[in-house]
Amino acid sequence: MEQIGILEGRQRQVFEKKKGTTQADIACDTSSLSGSVSQRACVFCGSRVVLYPVADALHLVHGPIGCAAYTWDIRGAVSSGPELHRLSFSTDLQEIDVIYGGEKKLYASLIELIDKYKPKAAFIYSTCIVGLIGDDIEAVSRKVAKETGIPVLPVHSEGFKGTKKDGYKAACHALMKLIGTGSTEGISKQSINILGEFNLAGEAWMIKDYYKKMGVEVVATLTGDGRIDAVRRAHGASLNVVQCSGSMTSLAKEMQEKYGIPFIRVSYFGIEDMSKSLYDVATFFSLRPEIMEAAKAIVREEVTTLYPQLQKFKKALTGKKAAIYVGGAFKTFSLIKALRSIGMSVVLAGSQTGNQDDYARLKEMCDEGTIIVDDSNPVELSKFILEKEADLLIGGVKERPIAFKLGVGFCDHNHERKIPLAGFEGMYNFALEVYQSVMSPVWQFAPRKGGLK
Amino acid sequence: MKHAKTATQNACKLCNPLGACLAFRGIENCVPFLHGSQGCATYIRRYLISHYKEPIDIASSNFHEETAVFGGSHNLQVGLKNVTQQYKPEVIGIATTCLSETIGDDVEGILREYRKQPKNGTPMPILIHASTPSYQGSHIDGFHAAVRSSVKALAEKGATENLVNIFPNMVSPADLRYLKEILGDFRLPYMMLPDYSQTMDGGPWGEYHRIPPGGTPARAIASAGRATGSIEFSSTLESSKSAAAWLEESFGVKRYQLPLPIGIKASDNFFALLERLTERATPEKYEDERRRLVDAYADGHKYVFEKKVIIYGEEDLVIAMTAFLSEIGMTPVLCASGGKSGTLRKRLEEKVPDLDEKGIKVREGVDFVDIEDEAQLLKPDFLIGNSKGFTLSRKNSIPLLRIGFPIHDRFGGQRVHHLGYRGTQELFDRIVNTVIEQRQNASSIGYTYM
Repeated sequence: MEQIGILEGRQRQVFEKKKGTTQADIACDTSSLSGSVSQRACVFCGSRVVLYPVADALHLVHGPIGCAAYTWDIRGAVSSGPELHRLSFSTDLQEIDVIYGGEKKLYASLIELIDKYKPKAAFIYSTCIVGLIGDDIEAVSRKVAKETGIPVLPVHSEGFKGTKKDGYKAACHALMKLIGTGSTEGISKQSINILGEFNLAGEAWMIKDYYKKMGVEVVATLTGDGRIDAVRRAHGASLNVVQCSGSMTSLAKEMQEKYGIPFIRVSYFGIEDMSKSLYDVATFFSLRPEIMEAAKAIVREEVTTLYPQLQKFKKALTGKKAAIYVGGAFKTFSLIKALRSIGMSVVLAGSQTGNQDDYARLKEMCDEGTIIVDDSNPVELSKFILEKEADLLIGGVKERPIAFKLGVGFCDHNHERKIPLAGFEGMYNFALEVYQSVMSPVWQFAPRKGGLK
Repeated sequence: MKHAKTATQNACKLCNPLGACLAFRGIENCVPFLHGSQGCATYIRRYLISHYKEPIDIASSNFHEETAVFGGSHNLQVGLKNVTQQYKPEVIGIATTCLSETIGDDVEGILREYRKQPKNGTPMPILIHASTPSYQGSHIDGFHAAVRSSVKALAEKGATENLVNIFPNMVSPADLRYLKEILGDFRLPYMMLPDYSQTMDGGPWGEYHRIPPGGTPARAIASAGRATGSIEFSSTLESSKSAAAWLEESFGVKRYQLPLPIGIKASDNFFALLERLTERATPEKYEDERRRLVDAYADGHKYVFEKKVIIYGEEDLVIAMTAFLSEIGMTPVLCASGGKSGTLRKRLEEKVPDLDEKGIKVREGVDFVDIEDEAQLLKPDFLIGNSKGFTLSRKNSIPLLRIGFPIHDRFGGQRVHHLGYRGTQELFDRIVNTVIEQRQNASSIGYTYM
């Protein structure tokens, strides 16, 4: 096979764990190299994914049609009530607007959409072009907020002004403007917000249920099954529990500064991390030992049911190899542990947006020979999948066809999935999905396996 | 309608660069390259992947703040160098985005400069540039822009060859394969552009391909200027945007513009043209297909007669489908498109002169909220169009028959057949079955024969 090289500008973003060598830190937190076919998106994407699940808000994308069209009903984030977030709204800027400015169109769009859909708030996403033509979004927002009486929040998410992470920040900034504007009356002392949980396939409901059983009140989930009124009173919680660390840590830090709310980082994927996320919250409320008792009871009950169910999968999957390439690095840690619990090893671990600490920890966790990558691309991913003879790739929609083309199983762990993978129940679903893909007999026809020809 | 409407709600169109990327995928050894932000490439890849289920690498020049201020020249050149190094392409298809267009990058000029640079052993790929600002038109415009730019960049003058060009429009890989089969059976040498029949619907890989196999080779596109004629499937494409028109103006290659061959009449026209061009009779295989189709029309006519449908999508698809639906006695109560060529109604009138008498409404530049408002008034029996009509289909309990692009919520969108007798047969079967299924489900008796 022809040798595939790593692009010059990317060599420091790829790393292979080897014994007895001191290796430089992985380079990350950089913007993608021009022409490298990054799997990342843009600033707008970061903002859009974070705010998307707020179901009773209007999400208006200010720009040409593409950005709104490609994010229409894109996430598996479900709502227990209103579903305004599943519609797609755009100012659909035309050439004439680019020349003369889009403010009038933005204003008219907001007024008519607020009138028609009666949202609790409106988010206006700036796209690339808005950053160039210089529309005063702030002024339009203030005007519309005054006229309609609802919060109108500009999200500065011009695609080229940074990376996806900057988009997270812009979204958190918009949320921060809402937090603190609602009443905190009646909120229990034993209360938390869950940050970075997007209720994909109803995951937030499962998680909230565990906490409820422990006697812990969840004030707001940011932003899964999100409601503006809940966001507004989030400052009344005693603790912030941050699940998707990449997207929401900045908000947790801001809330700590402004409202003195401490935060912990958790992950709801896999038995180990899921249990820990309950224990950590219980530890925080240690003045009420019954919370820890309840947490232990939940874990005991769930694991007693789950453990025997996983054995079938473990038996089949032991010795199989996985490659992981997901958005945030924190999820990678959980996935490594979850895969190990079903007998699988990890030969490639990478993320789009991990930071220095994440990669240091990843290096520690991984086995020898594991490849670690930041901001990878299809050519590199394929190269390593083949070289390391992976049986499974975990990623998102963009990575799926790479796996299938090469005759490798695939598990979708991105925001478009429709199956809950968080929580104890989610661990079962995860193992089942991995099992169904890795063990499928269809791979016998793949060229990699001889192709039966 | 009732409310003033400024914003686009649930768009019935996509942006210009998407079409260009798809078209560039139909050139052999070509990497599509978007000159703009990283997000455009990623979103478009994701959108195409969900339909075609194939890896699709689209490079990006990855604009940053400084790029937007100082221009995209540096990023574009670095990007081209990196793509060349990593993909070793023969062609790079560069499409602009709203960002690079608005800052006014002189892409042609940058490319001229770039071509002059030392090559360091790696051969310089052919660089094709299509201007595709997303604030103009929709995805279909980008598609045609990429096809025209490719022809303009590559077509050469020369002695006429026994060859026709075929510009099939944005049809499925299955349609492209069928067209190639037809031309092959007529023994007519052809240059089809684009041809993503394999790149967007190919086999498994034993090793990684930087660029999937398939597509029209650049040297074949070069021969387009020496063809005897160009067949172009479109009803709305203006001369200024058409590759076939450019070839006619520049090299005198005759342009034959036909609507997409959907339905018996439109397919007859296509086959008649092939007979004329080749001086051969239509091969028996296709006469058979036609006979079976006529027979199927007879068997199924009562199910479909005067059934009301809303058809939406790209204008050319809507026009071709309307002609087909009319020839089987169905009533397209609304012909709608997110596109806005300004000619939709006129072209439809040519196919169906008594539009108004038949109660056929025509609307261009609409979104799915407009279509939903119309659906509530028009009460169609079903909808025909891409997946994106599902939201309104579900909410209003109107069945949806999925055709065209994108099909994101069903399997095999890339293999849906639309063109010729065979494609019409498949569409007709599906339409009849949609009616039967509705009737069967609605019946309290539970008939097992329908």
